[in-house]
Amino acid sequence: MPLTNVAHPPNEHASFDSYELGSAYDEMFAAPGTPREHYAALYQRLRQLPRSDLERRAQAAELSFLNQGITFTVYGNEQGTERIIPHDLLPRIIPGSEWDVIEKGLAQRISALNLFLKDIYHDGRILTAGVVPRALIYSCRHFRREMRGVRVPHDVYVSVVGTDLIRLPDGRFAVLEDNLRVPSGVSYMLANRQVLRHVFPQLFHNYGVRPIDHYGQMLLATLRRLAPHNRPDPTIVLLTPGVFNSAYFEHTFLARQMGVELVEGRDLLVHDDVVYMRTTAGLQRVDVIYRRVDDDFIDPLVFRPDSVLGVAGLFNAYRAGNVALANAIGTGIADDKALYAYVPEIIRYYLGEEPILPNVETYLLNNESHCKYVLENLDKLVVKAVGESGGYGMLIGPHATKAEIEQFRRQILAEPRNYIAQPTLALSSAPCFIDGNIEARHIDLRPYVLFSGEVNLVPGGLTRVALRKGSLVVNSSQGGGSKDTWVVD
Amino acid sequence: MLSRVANSLYWMSRYLERAEHTIRVMDVNLVLMLDQTPAYGEKRWKRLLRSLRIDDIDPIPDDPQEITTKLFFDRNSLYSIISMLASARDNARQVRNQLSSEVWEQVNSLYLRVNSLKSDDIWGGHSHQQFRAIIEGIQLFHGISDATMRHDEGWHFLQVGRYIERANATIALLEAYYANDEVEIQNNHHYLDWVGLLKSRTAFEAYCQVYTADLRPDRIAGFLLLNPEFPHSLRFATDQLQQALSTIADLTNARKGLQIERVAGRLHALVAYAQIEEILEENLISFLQRTQQQCAQLNSLLHEVYFQPPIEAILPN
Repeated sequence: MPLTNVAHPPNEHASFDSYELGSAYDEMFAAPGTPREHYAALYQRLRQLPRSDLERRAQAAELSFLNQGITFTVYGNEQGTERIIPHDLLPRIIPGSEWDVIEKGLAQRISALNLFLKDIYHDGRILTAGVVPRALIYSCRHFRREMRGVRVPHDVYVSVVGTDLIRLPDGRFAVLEDNLRVPSGVSYMLANRQVLRHVFPQLFHNYGVRPIDHYGQMLLATLRRLAPHNRPDPTIVLLTPGVFNSAYFEHTFLARQMGVELVEGRDLLVHDDVVYMRTTAGLQRVDVIYRRVDDDFIDPLVFRPDSVLGVAGLFNAYRAGNVALANAIGTGIADDKALYAYVPEIIRYYLGEEPILPNVETYLLNNESHCKYVLENLDKLVVKAVGESGGYGMLIGPHATKAEIEQFRRQILAEPRNYIAQPTLALSSAPCFIDGNIEARHIDLRPYVLFSGEVNLVPGGLTRVALRKGSLVVNSSQGGGSKDTWVVD
Repeated sequence: MLSRVANSLYWMSRYLERAEHTIRVMDVNLVLMLDQTPAYGEKRWKRLLRSLRIDDIDPIPDDPQEITTKLFFDRNSLYSIISMLASARDNARQVRNQLSSEVWEQVNSLYLRVNSLKSDDIWGGHSHQQFRAIIEGIQLFHGISDATMRHDEGWHFLQVGRYIERANATIALLEAYYANDEVEIQNNHHYLDWVGLLKSRTAFEAYCQVYTADLRPDRIAGFLLLNPEFPHSLRFATDQLQQALSTIADLTNARKGLQIERVAGRLHALVAYAQIEEILEENLISFLQRTQQQCAQLNSLLHEVYFQPPIEAILPN
């Protein structure tokens, strides 16, 4: 949070004195005191604005988030405390030419992963060809054998993808993680923009920022194209786990942006393999479900029987081809952390192209030579459990104690398939308004890609910030915030 | 419209209407208390609780602050002000995407404000001011929803909730006031009590405009039951109910929508074609009970037809 009660002289501008340039790529500065071209206007502006003015703008932004109700709900006490999402005042700026590369790279990646998913659940050609080891697939927790041979509408498995990108020290963007199940956060991307446009109107206008506000419309068009049997004027719904879900704000937000019904599992029923929603006018057939409920919970008859969030019989209706799900069931196989290492090969195999966006170097621990190297260098590497997310089950070698390292060594030896290792990455840094000064903080970027046979994405994404000094963890559960992302020409 | 959504809109509206009514009768009672002997106080609290159909406060505390606090803050009771506003907000959250942002923010901020109050804030010199602010907050909700939402099916369900609750409140209030002593209907020596009854329905000034300040229990009953122009009369509520329900039946074309229209029409006719002299001659209380039963029947039909229809009734053949 940018606001504290630090006393400063009123007309002084916010100082860059504590802006540290480390070994990481810095988004703003090419060298100390020398901003990159696309950041020059923002830099000039920051050197003109009195600090008190920036603080006022930060307060205005915060108030705007509160009024719109863009909050996390912290349940557990009867008052239902609501907190606003931490966000930073200063935009992150990406030159259009760099963005165009990102866009091509993401389109390539999602197209290949979609073909991969179809192949895995049908012929398995890539497995027969030995490009991806069979054992890797069948041992993945997110592999759904129920999906074998199921025709999904229009062969679209992943309609909405959030891909986490980082910028390497040499300035190239690389993919850190694919999120192919139910990626969230897009509402914060849109809300950040709405707020920041009011906070820096002149700057925004002068920069010629590429618009992102049509995301809702694009998402609707994507979902509409999924309608089974090409039914005209299909009924589309957004399936939410309900008000207690921490992303409930996003679900209501997207439903309103698209003008579709927000439904819960109990609003739907399946009869003769057709999904209906219960309305005051009786049952209404549902054609496309944008589901924000995990595979495990979506149909108690097929997956977890104790789930009350899903719809009994939904899977049968899906298998019968009477309803489309976005995303399809079983897509988690393609964002498994061990499978990630094979994505460049997957792209080459299906598209015959070189990957445009590189992966981060990854060591697979069921590979003997990799494993040997990793075990010798545990104190320098990051080790991740393949099935976990959100920063759990992770060893950050340089920050770990001897005992922790030894514990991971034992776990790796016991179950090598369960782990991967990567070099400790220096995420790029960007200017943030912290306690009245401008300081560097580490960031990543999550663009949202829509796929319905064709690829669509809005220029930008959610830039997540590790607001704690020196921290590399951008997850909102661990002190991360976000900032608006401007793609400029 | 989703059945669950219609249900939430209906109950959100009912809770807000009931909260408004509860606060108003508390406010009226606390003001009246200042003018009358303490011995009379218990009788009046009893009547107030009966008029709200609350029977779990027993014995009634001697200290009026205690009882006010209980009616206001007791989270264990479904019908305390704080619980009702919390329920209204929970329902609003469930249907957040169906409400305009302005409506949601009003319900949300009203709850947050009331939730921050302490017992002392609604007592002594502050009570009237606080109560008024909350009533205004609820009235603002109606104004904002009128002005910012489409007057579609969902908006009509808000009206149904509001007016069915209002009809119930008027009926229960009259039952409590006219319960025991038929004699007293013609005997108006408890002038302040009758003022209190009218004020509990914001009807004092409206009544005076029609009948002058000459308060007569038979006219008061007639006014609160049958006046077609006054928004808190039973007649007004049944008019609105019938209109809203018939619009909903048209919009939804539900198989059993007609049945609801018939029950609403019957209730409306019962009130619209009644004469107060005949009602009093026959038996006021049994008339009230009959209207109340029809309201209850409407409520269960709403659930049966729109909110939670049984599966067999809706499956395609």
